Amino acid sequence: MTSIGSIVSLSLRSLLNRRLTAALTVFGVAVSVMLILGVEKVRHDAKHSFTNTISGTDLIVGARSGSVQLLLYSVFRIGNATNNISWNSYRTIAGRKDVKWAIPISLGDSHKGFRVMGTSEGYFRHYRYGQKRMLRFEAGRPFDDVFDTVLGAEVAEELGYKLDQKIVIDHGLGKGRFSTHKDKPFRVTGILERTGTPVDRTVHVSLDGITAIHIDWKGGARVPGMAIDADATRKMDLTPRSITAFMVGLHSRLGAFRVLRDINEYRGEPLLAILPGVALQELWRLMSTAEAALRAVSILVVIGGLLGMLTMLLTSLNERRREMAILRGVGARPQHVGAMFVVEAISITGAGCGIGLLFFYVGMASLQPVIEYHLGLFMPIALPTFREWLILGMVMGAAATTGLIPASMAYRRSLADGMTVRN
Amino acid sequence: MIELGNVRFRWGSDAPLVLDIQKLNVNVGERVFLEGPSGSGKTTLLNILGGVALPEVGIVQVNGTDLTRLKSRARDAFRADHIGIIFQMFNLIPYLSPLENVKLACRFSRRRHALAASKSSNTEEEALRLLMRMQLNEAAIMHSPAFELSIGQQQRVAAARSLIGSPELIIADEPTSALDHDVRRVFIKLLFDEIADTGATLVFISHDPSLADQFDRRIKLTDINKVH
Ligand SMILES: Nc1ncnc2c1ncn2[C@@H]1O[C@H](COP(=O)(O)OP(=O)(O)OP(=O)(O)O)[C@@H](O)[C@H]1O
Ligand SMILES: [Mg+2]
Repeated sequence: MTSIGSIVSLSLRSLLNRRLTAALTVFGVAVSVMLILGVEKVRHDAKHSFTNTISGTDLIVGARSGSVQLLLYSVFRIGNATNNISWNSYRTIAGRKDVKWAIPISLGDSHKGFRVMGTSEGYFRHYRYGQKRMLRFEAGRPFDDVFDTVLGAEVAEELGYKLDQKIVIDHGLGKGRFSTHKDKPFRVTGILERTGTPVDRTVHVSLDGITAIHIDWKGGARVPGMAIDADATRKMDLTPRSITAFMVGLHSRLGAFRVLRDINEYRGEPLLAILPGVALQELWRLMSTAEAALRAVSILVVIGGLLGMLTMLLTSLNERRREMAILRGVGARPQHVGAMFVVEAISITGAGCGIGLLFFYVGMASLQPVIEYHLGLFMPIALPTFREWLILGMVMGAAATTGLIPASMAYRRSLADGMTVRN
Repeated sequence: MIELGNVRFRWGSDAPLVLDIQKLNVNVGERVFLEGPSGSGKTTLLNILGGVALPEVGIVQVNGTDLTRLKSRARDAFRADHIGIIFQMFNLIPYLSPLENVKLACRFSRRRHALAASKSSNTEEEALRLLMRMQLNEAAIMHSPAFELSIGQQQRVAAARSLIGSPELIIADEPTSALDHDVRRVFIKLLFDEIADTGATLVFISHDPSLADQFDRRIKLTDINKVH
């Protein structure tokens, strides 16, 4: 066996001998590794999922409010619109010559916690996500009838819905079972393929459908004594009076700023048009401080874990003077004695990284549904990515560097003491 | 086997002189009793003979090699290959079994590994044989951690370690000071018996004059060291 092999096996035996302190130290490192992986994952996936949710849309138009707010509620279904915009405004702007397509969006109802979105059939043709990818149907087709609905992949999967199944839409966004539109059930005509965006968690119906279920409602309640059944509703004029927002595609992106200005100066009502990319940038700016703070905290936690390890190694330094003298006696070089501490640092941190990774996956598996439900943030559980390996690599590098501190002390002591052990 | 000439040593550049030895010769196969009061530099001499400490002047020939002319790496390798060392007490790495403690001496030296393996079928067998010679034959002891052994047992394990792989020089630094009188004699006898087989040279450091009569030669460090 080579000397280095001996040093590695001796270090491991020595750690095993101090298994309680070693285990606690490994645990400390594992927790810090789990934390930094978790924070980085949330950070990265949040950004990725935001960036990936919308592409190919030139403008988003809604009632005047903050641009980030408009972006969040229209595209990410986070938060709510303060105001609606009128159908007329939509028609006017959609009719402009430079506008290639416009997709109206009407939000406000839900189905078992999933948001219901009224839209036009053009949504399935023009909406793009990721790298300009179209929505595709896993099964069925777009809605056609007033009471047809198309489900996002997650909705269908989580609720176990199949084609042709009837579903009932709840009024509002609460989970209250008491106010539902149960008199007008919808039939599932299509289920979309998974996109990894909020689309997966959306129940799509036509704008007519939205109007239809509210035809005998006023404000938040059913109009007393008025009950119009589904078939009767079908024969009525279902043109909406207002919508929440709409997405716009232009013939030429060069014209975007002019259209933007025109919409923002629109006389009919106060409107706000945003460029999704610009609004995203603004969102990043808003988040950057929090992001940096989060990152700093997780780095500090890792440093804390490594300091715990350093303490353990330095404490053992005194107890092991005898061991070092014996090793010198059998021919070990001072470098070997020092190397034991680096090997120990690397082993502890290696184990910490492994267990931390395990904790991370366990944590992800248990928190993912909660995060997805409450934040609409889709975080796929996958094998460690390059970034995650990089983080682990950096932690290991930092650990080896930390190990150099007790190693150099042991080296110097070993040189000074020789084979004399003076207690 | 050992030839010291004009050796002067101090532990640090401004530390006091510990050793100033004009001449010290030990012949091959000789069993030398080296005595001296506490603090006289016995352990320091061990460090010099083992190539762990370098004198500021003088030559230190061990087995025909002048250690002062070797680089530190080569001196460490030389010690691993040619010298077996027994300390006063706490000779063993506590978390290794006695068997592993004995084999430790083969881990840093190919030469001793090869010699040990050639004597028995492998190093493990040789370690067992030596432990047996040291009258440690209970199987239970072999594999339990070293700290569970009595001090006398520990010293015998250390002796087995110093002997494995047949190094030419054995240096024992007060190996019996923690043992009671009868056990000391037995220990020394066991050591002598095995050394008689390999022909190794023994330098036995002690400040217990009553043991001196068993040795070929008795050297008082205070006689050869001009510092005291
Ligand atoms: N590693 C060391 N670093 C610095 N000084 C040392 C070291 N080892 C020994 N000394 C000093 O060298 C001198 C001689 O010590 P040494 O240990 O050689 O004596 P000794 O004869 O072995 O004594 P004892 O019988 O008590 O073991 C002492 O003054 C001691 O303080
Ligand atoms: Mg001494």
